[in-house]
Amino acid sequence: MALAIALVLLVVGSVLFHFLSPWWLTPIASNWTMIDDTIAITFWVTGFVFVTVNFFMAYVIVRYRHREDRTASYEPENKKLEWWLIGLTTVGVAAMLAPGLFVWAKIVDVPEDAAVVEVIGQQWHWSYRFPGDDGVLGTVHSRLVSDDNPFGMNPDDPAGQDDVLIASNELHLPLDQPVKLALRSKDVLHNFSVAQFRVKMDLVPGMVPYIWLTPTRVGRFDILCEELCGIAHYTMRGHVVVEPQETFDTWLHSYPTYAETLVSVPGNAAAGEAAYAVCASCHGAQGQGNAALNAPKLSGLDDWYMARQLKYFKTGVRGAHEDDTYGRQMAPMAMTLANDAAINNVVAYISTLPDKPAALTIDQQVSQNGERLYRSCGACHGSNGQGIQAMNAPRLAGMDDWYLATQLTNFKEGIRGAHAGDLYGPQMGLMASILAQDGAVNDMVSYLNTLGNAQ
Amino acid sequence: MTGVAHDETAYAPPSEVPEEELYHPKTFIGKYIWSQDAKVIAIQYSLTAIGIGIVALVLSGIMRLQLGFPDTFSFIDPSAYLQYVTMHGMIMVVYLLTALFLGGFGNYLIPLMCGARDMVFPYLNMLSYWVYLLAVLILVASFFVPGGTTGSGWTLYPPQSILQGTPGSNWGIILMLVSLAFFIIGFTMGGLNYIVTVLQARARGMTLMRLPLTVWGIFMATILALLAFPALFVSAIMMLLDHTLGTSFFMPAIMSMGEQLDYEGGSPVLFQHLFWFFGHPEVYIVALPAFGIVSDLISIHARKNIFGYRMMVWAIIAIGALSFVVWAHHMYVSGMNPLFGFFFATTTLIIAIPTALKVYNWVLTLWRGNIRLTVPMLFAIGFVFTFINGGLTGLFLGNVVVDVPLSDTYFVVAHFHMVMAVSPVLVIFGAIYHWYPKITGRMLNDTLGKFHFWATFLGTYAIYYPMHYLGFLGVPRRYYAMGNTDFIPESAQAVNASITIAALFVGVIQLVFFYNLIVSYFRGKASGGNPWEATTLEWQTPDTPPKHGNFGAELPIVYRWAYDYSVPGADLDYIPQNQPPKQTSQRDEDAQ
Amino acid sequence: MTVTLVFFATLMATIVWWLIRQTADVQPWVADGDARGLANTDHLHTSSIKVGLGVFLLVAASLFALFISAYMIRMEAGDWKMLDDPQILWANTAVLVIASLFFQRSYNAAQKQQFASMRNALLLAGVFTLVFLVGQLKAWQQLSAAGSYLSSNPANAFFYLFTAVHGLHLIGGLWVWGKAALSFGDAQSIRQRVELCTVYWHFLLVIWLILFTLLLNT
Repeated sequence: MALAIALVLLVVGSVLFHFLSPWWLTPIASNWTMIDDTIAITFWVTGFVFVTVNFFMAYVIVRYRHREDRTASYEPENKKLEWWLIGLTTVGVAAMLAPGLFVWAKIVDVPEDAAVVEVIGQQWHWSYRFPGDDGVLGTVHSRLVSDDNPFGMNPDDPAGQDDVLIASNELHLPLDQPVKLALRSKDVLHNFSVAQFRVKMDLVPGMVPYIWLTPTRVGRFDILCEELCGIAHYTMRGHVVVEPQETFDTWLHSYPTYAETLVSVPGNAAAGEAAYAVCASCHGAQGQGNAALNAPKLSGLDDWYMARQLKYFKTGVRGAHEDDTYGRQMAPMAMTLANDAAINNVVAYISTLPDKPAALTIDQQVSQNGERLYRSCGACHGSNGQGIQAMNAPRLAGMDDWYLATQLTNFKEGIRGAHAGDLYGPQMGLMASILAQDGAVNDMVSYLNTLGNAQ
Repeated sequence: MTGVAHDETAYAPPSEVPEEELYHPKTFIGKYIWSQDAKVIAIQYSLTAIGIGIVALVLSGIMRLQLGFPDTFSFIDPSAYLQYVTMHGMIMVVYLLTALFLGGFGNYLIPLMCGARDMVFPYLNMLSYWVYLLAVLILVASFFVPGGTTGSGWTLYPPQSILQGTPGSNWGIILMLVSLAFFIIGFTMGGLNYIVTVLQARARGMTLMRLPLTVWGIFMATILALLAFPALFVSAIMMLLDHTLGTSFFMPAIMSMGEQLDYEGGSPVLFQHLFWFFGHPEVYIVALPAFGIVSDLISIHARKNIFGYRMMVWAIIAIGALSFVVWAHHMYVSGMNPLFGFFFATTTLIIAIPTALKVYNWVLTLWRGNIRLTVPMLFAIGFVFTFINGGLTGLFLGNVVVDVPLSDTYFVVAHFHMVMAVSPVLVIFGAIYHWYPKITGRMLNDTLGKFHFWATFLGTYAIYYPMHYLGFLGVPRRYYAMGNTDFIPESAQAVNASITIAALFVGVIQLVFFYNLIVSYFRGKASGGNPWEATTLEWQTPDTPPKHGNFGAELPIVYRWAYDYSVPGADLDYIPQNQPPKQTSQRDEDAQ
Repeated sequence: MTVTLVFFATLMATIVWWLIRQTADVQPWVADGDARGLANTDHLHTSSIKVGLGVFLLVAASLFALFISAYMIRMEAGDWKMLDDPQILWANTAVLVIASLFFQRSYNAAQKQQFASMRNALLLAGVFTLVFLVGQLKAWQQLSAAGSYLSSNPANAFFYLFTAVHGLHLIGGLWVWGKAALSFGDAQSIRQRVELCTVYWHFLLVIWLILFTLLLNT
């Protein structure tokens, strides 16, 4: 009896939960409403079976419960009943399958007027490529990928010259324009998934799968990687911004074509020396840093990383948070650099400064905990903390330990990296949460100190 | 009775192995360690599987702690989390469920239910267990090698599984693949036994259509396993070569950690095809024995013949056959040719028809029965309810367009745990409550059993039902931490926390079961030979627990199917399979 | 996966057909009192060990079908270079055919209870198998001497893999052969082993011919 009541309550509870709970598909932002419709059909068919069969079972459990004076009926089989049930089930299955296949045929078939965008995945971030004015994506090969050619562009292909390279986690798409997303991976499997678009697909190295959709709602949506791609899988995120054509065009034109990236002028160290005078007052003439002034060591830091951070300071992406005391001091200093060329020049000058290991300020017994924690960091920053440009992970070893500790705390508490304009900061923020426990930051940094000395 | 005298083997000898070698173990070691008795091997298999299963259960608890309460437990870092996820899945699917259903229940029940003295190749059977144990030990060893176990998910997808950036990409994955290879070799030895025993060693009169559905389920599952495991073997060998000798079967030209690797031209999707060619039948390798066992439990405890026995058998056959042509429904978003979607969605939804028929027939068996709500019956009905739920969500994921938004989310996790974790485990519990009296001669404690059922049944539903809705929200699986997104509401974390609490509760409750198993072994009520008044042959053995050789001096002769319950005009509400029909039995005796 | 799909569809169709045939016209709920009319399982036409071998061959066939399927899928990638198969493979194939023929001879002799000739043929069959294996090793040497290493091209990798797996199956067979060839006692048990080995060798010969054709043409 209790069992029958339990079954009825579970069924009723499940149905109520379904209708009353706030958790359901996030509102759609693409043309694939037909997918939602198919889900609804499936829900009605399966829900009917769920309720009917279980209620019947509950009834049977009560009606035919054991009594000494009763014997069960003897009926080996009932062909007619069984065929009826098979027939009805077949009808139900067909009711779900037929619309499913119909919609799939549309998903498979990319419309002629669809614009093409390439989505590129790698451990653990996204970048994108637009075909440029000719509407054709240039050829690429993973053998050509390097720090100088992160997109693996074929330099000899004329079609690739005008391709717009988006070295950012954020993708913009024009509203109401069908788009085919060609998916390419540089390393392992990934999955391009935007919950609001409904369609998703794996990125498979060695081939280029695709999906297509028409964005139908303006907004900024999360891109998640949904194919386990390694330790930092859960931090591999991006955004897609759907906006009207005009704003989209402006955005697209703010990014360089492949040809333009080839002619970019390297920084001039001599020109940067003068600008560095401002920096030197805190960071030291040799870029050696000054703990008393909370100015970290700069010499030996990756140039691409410094350039990015200076831009962030300049544009308020970094050093704008009210709790970021020293970042707020840095921000106006970065303003003194007029443009990208000035930034490149000063960075070029800093690269010429001698790299001496920073003094150790966190004097602590190296613990196993620190080594264990660093395993996660090493996946991007390198097992020796040397930094890996391809992973967008700067060098850690031999840099100021007090500074690393401060920054890790900032990342953890959302003081740094939480800004929407920070490309890789949110990722680092998610990762820094593994240092939740008290002392974990110091454990990890003191392990890093042993790597710095080893170099 | 201590074994079988030589001159009494005029019936069917179990194999070409001489009698005296078989049935007279001389020492303790010969009897319990290097045993060739299928029943002892079954216990060995079961205990090992349950032992390693407990490890996997604990791992899932740790995993749930991280998901329910992120940023709280610093000993769980992303690597450890992925390693626990991977090991939990792999152990549960292969080393627990497959080994327990086939190695455990298969070994115990096939010879007894077929009316055989033992498996036909007892030595091979013994070897099967020891190779399985070796596989388990290699698996356990991978916890202690540098880098720890592999953390590439139980699907072990290359390229990531053998590249830096995935935990255990060196020693961990190698040991995993080697362990799987040994498991498959060990299983093949056992599987040959199960098949040939069913085909060759049935008692006189035991036609195929008189076999209990338990045997049918295990038999078909073994066929699937024998044919499907080679796919895993092939992919394991090829991945090992890719990893250790630099071949490029699955590895295309790629980067890793900012450096170019030497691989060229391989296909990661090829691995996925091979893996799921094994992986999907694997679902039915676990499910079919559960289907079979639950059919028998329901029939026995409802005192009614199984409804539509022939349809049930054909459904098992149909599901088994179809399970080889549905594998790519795991790969709708894998980047394979999208046209495959039409074929595989169709085959997948077709397989729902025989499966639904099985559910109807279970319920129709209860209908107009005389239902005894014993502990095994509670678990059986709990299974039917859970399986209906899990089976219906399978219709979502099998239908390609519905799958696309839901794949790689918690909907998938909830679905396969309902259908492939909770359902079979409920059957395992029911089966243990059911057959424990035969294995030990004692009943398990009823009150504890009922408590165990309610806590497990309701607890697991509380875990997995809400989890589907995390999937609808779009919460991806295999995420160490969700962090902030613009579309997943804060309240989703409350769901996660409640799931974790339910999961820990269910995990801890299992201690009641183990307590019951141990205490009842010493203090349980004596059961007698046939406490459930069942018809099948294992309840008709002269000794309980059955001795080596199973049936004493004479093998039983089978006169009827396994479901003669509540036959009109019979004295009792059950007639054992080896009881001759009334009118003819007299004539038979006269004839002799 | 077409090869696999076709292979398994055929296989499953056969199994299903057999099972349905066994079960179609039965009314299982009818009890049968006449013991003589009951299905007999104690006068089986086939011994269990032969059935066991049959099932094992199905498993092995499944293994090779999957390998071949993987081969054909991998072949479609752009980097496939046809392997220059060593000429010695032709000789090896001939040797394996001879080994199989000797097994057949041994089998025929066993059927006619001519145990001496059975044993002679059996020994020769084993020797030829050993020659085959040495020949395969020689082929490996020639390949690696020519610079075709395991990892240099998928075609090479598959060549080494196929020959190794096939060779390991033969070595496993030789273990049973050894038990038959080296025992001097019970003629009946040797006879059974001869029968098993013969079936097994024929099977592996067929597998080799398929593999060889495949390797030769691609």
